[in-house]
Amino acid sequence: MAFSSPQDALAAGIGMVHQHFMLVEPFTVLDNVVLGVEGGFLLRAGLARARAELARLAREYHLEVDPDARVADLGVGQRQRVEILKALYRGAEILILDEPTAVLTPQEADHLFEILRSLRRLGKTVVLITHKLREIRDVTDVVTVMRQGRVVATRPTAETTVEGLAELMVGRAVALRVDKAPSRPGEPVLEVTDLVVEDGRGVRRVKGVSFGVRRGEIVGVAGVAGNGQSELVETLSGIRPAASGRIHWKGQELADVEPRSPRDWRRRGLGHVPEDRQRMGLVVAFAARESAILGYHRDDAYNGTIRLHGSAVAASWTRQAAEYDIRPADGRRPASAFSGGNQQKIVLARELDRHPDLLLVGQPTRGVDIGAIEFIHRRLVALRDAGTALLVVSVELDEILALADRILVMHDGRIVGEIPAAGADERRLGLMMAGLAERPSRPGSLATTGVE
Amino acid sequence: MRPGSSRAARLRWAMPAALTTANLGLALALSAVVILLVGENPLRALGVLAAGAFGNAEAIGYTLYYATSFVFTGLAVAVAFHAGLFNIGAEGQAYIAGLGVGLLCLGGGGWPTALVVAAAVLTAAAFGAGWAFVPAWLQARRGSHVVITTIMFNFIASAVMTHLLVNVLIKPGQQSPETREFAPSTWLPQLHELAGRVGLEIGRSPLNLSALLALGACALVWLYVWHTRWGYELRALGHNPTAAVYGGIVPERIVVVAMSISGALAGLVSLNEIMGVHHRLLLNFPGGAGYVGIAVALMGRNHPAGIVLAAVLFGALYQGGTELSFDVPRLTRDMVVVIQGMIILVCGAFEHALRGPVRAMFRRGPAAGRA
Amino acid sequence: MIAALLAAATARGAAPLVLAALGGLFAERSGIVDIGIEGKMLAAAFAAAATAAVTGSAWTGLAAGVAASVALALAHGYACISHHGNQVVSGMALNITVSGLTAVLGNAWFQQGGQTPLLAGGARFAPIHLPGASWLAGVPGLGAIYVEVVSGHNVLVYAAAAAGPLVAWLVYRTRFGLRLRAVGESPGAVDTAGISVAATRYRALVVGGVLCGLSGAYLSIAHNAAFIRDMSAGKGYLALAALIFGQWRPGPTLLACLLFAFADAAQTRLQGTPLPGIGVVPVQLIQALPYVLTVALLAGVVGRAVAPRAIGVPYGDDR
Repeated sequence: MAFSSPQDALAAGIGMVHQHFMLVEPFTVLDNVVLGVEGGFLLRAGLARARAELARLAREYHLEVDPDARVADLGVGQRQRVEILKALYRGAEILILDEPTAVLTPQEADHLFEILRSLRRLGKTVVLITHKLREIRDVTDVVTVMRQGRVVATRPTAETTVEGLAELMVGRAVALRVDKAPSRPGEPVLEVTDLVVEDGRGVRRVKGVSFGVRRGEIVGVAGVAGNGQSELVETLSGIRPAASGRIHWKGQELADVEPRSPRDWRRRGLGHVPEDRQRMGLVVAFAARESAILGYHRDDAYNGTIRLHGSAVAASWTRQAAEYDIRPADGRRPASAFSGGNQQKIVLARELDRHPDLLLVGQPTRGVDIGAIEFIHRRLVALRDAGTALLVVSVELDEILALADRILVMHDGRIVGEIPAAGADERRLGLMMAGLAERPSRPGSLATTGVE
Repeated sequence: MRPGSSRAARLRWAMPAALTTANLGLALALSAVVILLVGENPLRALGVLAAGAFGNAEAIGYTLYYATSFVFTGLAVAVAFHAGLFNIGAEGQAYIAGLGVGLLCLGGGGWPTALVVAAAVLTAAAFGAGWAFVPAWLQARRGSHVVITTIMFNFIASAVMTHLLVNVLIKPGQQSPETREFAPSTWLPQLHELAGRVGLEIGRSPLNLSALLALGACALVWLYVWHTRWGYELRALGHNPTAAVYGGIVPERIVVVAMSISGALAGLVSLNEIMGVHHRLLLNFPGGAGYVGIAVALMGRNHPAGIVLAAVLFGALYQGGTELSFDVPRLTRDMVVVIQGMIILVCGAFEHALRGPVRAMFRRGPAAGRA
Repeated sequence: MIAALLAAATARGAAPLVLAALGGLFAERSGIVDIGIEGKMLAAAFAAAATAAVTGSAWTGLAAGVAASVALALAHGYACISHHGNQVVSGMALNITVSGLTAVLGNAWFQQGGQTPLLAGGARFAPIHLPGASWLAGVPGLGAIYVEVVSGHNVLVYAAAAAGPLVAWLVYRTRFGLRLRAVGESPGAVDTAGISVAATRYRALVVGGVLCGLSGAYLSIAHNAAFIRDMSAGKGYLALAALIFGQWRPGPTLLACLLFAFADAAQTRLQGTPLPGIGVVPVQLIQALPYVLTVALLAGVVGRAVAPRAIGVPYGDDR
């Protein structure tokens, strides 16, 4: 079947529960459920019918929720129930849930699984999109593994093992090794203790992490996207405030009153290559050489008392373009005219050029062609050898294995494992990434166990 | 970034210029339809308009006098646009600035002209910036939409100024709500006088020293927006607030600074009108310049060079429009307002509608144009 | 008695505001910024008066006014919904264009300096005297209220009075209203529910256009007897202010319109009369009051203004 719009899918009996809920917040649960299937021009009759139906669904599927409650007042778990109710109300026979436990507490997750089991019992089909192996084991009958957009395997769950699944998920490591000498870590540059970060809604995304990064080492943060890595990096670079926790910079504790804006961090010697270069790392409408000074545009190197010296900016660009082989070399062209790999090189050149004490890197080679990937990896290692501390976050396990000297695994906002990269076992990493508990690897290490 | 001499640089200018010209053409075509509806000949109307605006030295003087105010408001709107803000309040900011300038001129009768002029520039800028400051602060701190607040402030300015002119500042014994005439030492010299002193003969018109000030403002804005670190931050915020925050830029600060500069520029209109021409404070002296500024900024693509051209175009429309209303009684000055509206509509709301055809035209053009 | 006269004047002043503000409510609740209320009012006023002058019938004038307003609303929709144009710019452009266009066409067609011919008889809406008005005229108190305030208004004032409850019913008790509110808060939810965001918004604009058309027609063929240049005189912006002050809800918006109209009526009556303890209040200060109140609301000083969440963002741009 080919679907060209949500209407088609709905008509075919497929209901979707999105990861980011599609609810109208000021509306009540009842209003949200009937939206689109009101059953007539006047709402009264349709609402009455919906109320009765909702009561029935609630009983049958354990989907208790107050129909007159405003969605804005509901917690995440209950909002999810409303999403499920929406689909069921429309007579969906097949329900697709996209990472449903991403925002749930363990208790809410258990309750969700009860609901899924009820659905199965009553003849519905449930498609669960998740990377958490425990969930797959607990609830599913059949599991399909996808990697990089392709289906890799389909098996009945009963015939699988967690190790087997993990191996299928992460695959054999591509020979993407970088020739590098062993690291010689110096003194710590950054130390973080019990860092907690909340998102805009007040939901905890980073739930108390502690780790350190030293000069001359690359710490890789592995994990599936959405487990708090982005928020962690944003907090460390000053874009997002921390809810609580302590930060030590070059041995000194950062007092609460000390400013932590991006500009302050740059002044302290931090560089940041963001994971989304188009949205955050560059102003794509600017000329490339203008984007190449973003964050450093106030430096004395570029400025007189009043004027921003175009010549200094141009010279800086020429140098960086040559050193990093950025093409085309014309810095007057808008950054949007450059390929993904070259855009990434612009950002890298900008941040690496400052020889920061600590460099935060998010997804260094996302959307970058293979030639540029090798180049970027080599530059990062060279930076390490020159004494910079690096924290590299990547969803590509191959990349972490290639670059990192020490690997931290993040799951559900916590660090669930910390192991040296040398001789790291991919399967073990895959299990950790999927949320299966890992014993603390060394006494006194900074790892924290997962929740599953 | 200086436009280089390379072919790529020329083409970077060619596309926007062509698109603006195409948009202008469309706006004029739509206006021509209106003219036809009224029963007149659009081409003849255009001819009368052009002749009325540029036909003799006096007309050119008038055209440039009108253009001066439009340059100020165009720059005002453009600076705000660069930061991603829509300053509809230029009209009110200009009006309130007139209060400051008016008070200064009323009180500074005995001062040397140069001092008065310098003080007036600062006063006009300060009052204009001040009137823009509150909406700016509210946007930065409370998220109150600057469009709505500036519209409200326009009306509040109108009420305040009407009250002051009718009840407080009015010349005693006079009916019309305006102040007494300022002392001649506080008048901005008109250019034909200045020219006469050096033996040049140019037509009599209200064109005055503020025109030179307008050009100076253009240069300063160009310098500020594209060649300083503050202008860099302004433009970065306007293009991509997320990247701006990443780059260490503080949006709240930029919003307030940008709007204040915008208000200050709008305030300079009062120099043209109050000090240069009317020599008194009177009701509604901005005369819609604040809204024309929006059209000028959009047409001029928020760049001083384009703004000057667009301002002269609108000055020509206003001057030519007056002539047109004499020559063709059916087309009153309101026709100019129609064209203004069409330009804002096409250059603003339908900006990208013609992008496809224009780009296609470029590709089919001479092979040298291929980028 | 003064109170009754004041109330009647308030009703007459509030009528165009209520219709226009409620018209704007539909657009804004659907997520489209509606700066163009002023332009729609003015265009409707012109079209209504011009048509009524030519046909001699107020009702055809009304139809023409509504048609003009709806046409502008669709143009705004085309720019904003289909072309993802800047909604504020589009609204302003329409306002300015209409301001000039009505004057040009008015002057060209009627040669009266932009005015349309004075309307008489069936070409304008006359006051309707409700049954029993002359009968109750002598009764003190209640009679005065009935005669001045309740009876004696033209049909559009009664329409405005009915518009409040009608709009509230439409917005909160019908499917159309549910989808309207949804699309202004969460177009994603509407889209994934299988409803067309664009169609919902266009419908909202049309309904809003009808109301603004009634408002504009009121000005020229009910309240007055002709179209005069720029006769909307900022009432469209005042209506927008009332809408914002009324938090985009029909009830509070209606009250805001009454408040603003009352202030205006009071100012007219009390012009020059010193108030106890305050002295003579300059008329302009009262005229500025609605705008000051709206700014205070937006600043969070007087309550909080929470606009529809998705307003101003073309759907598809935020993906």
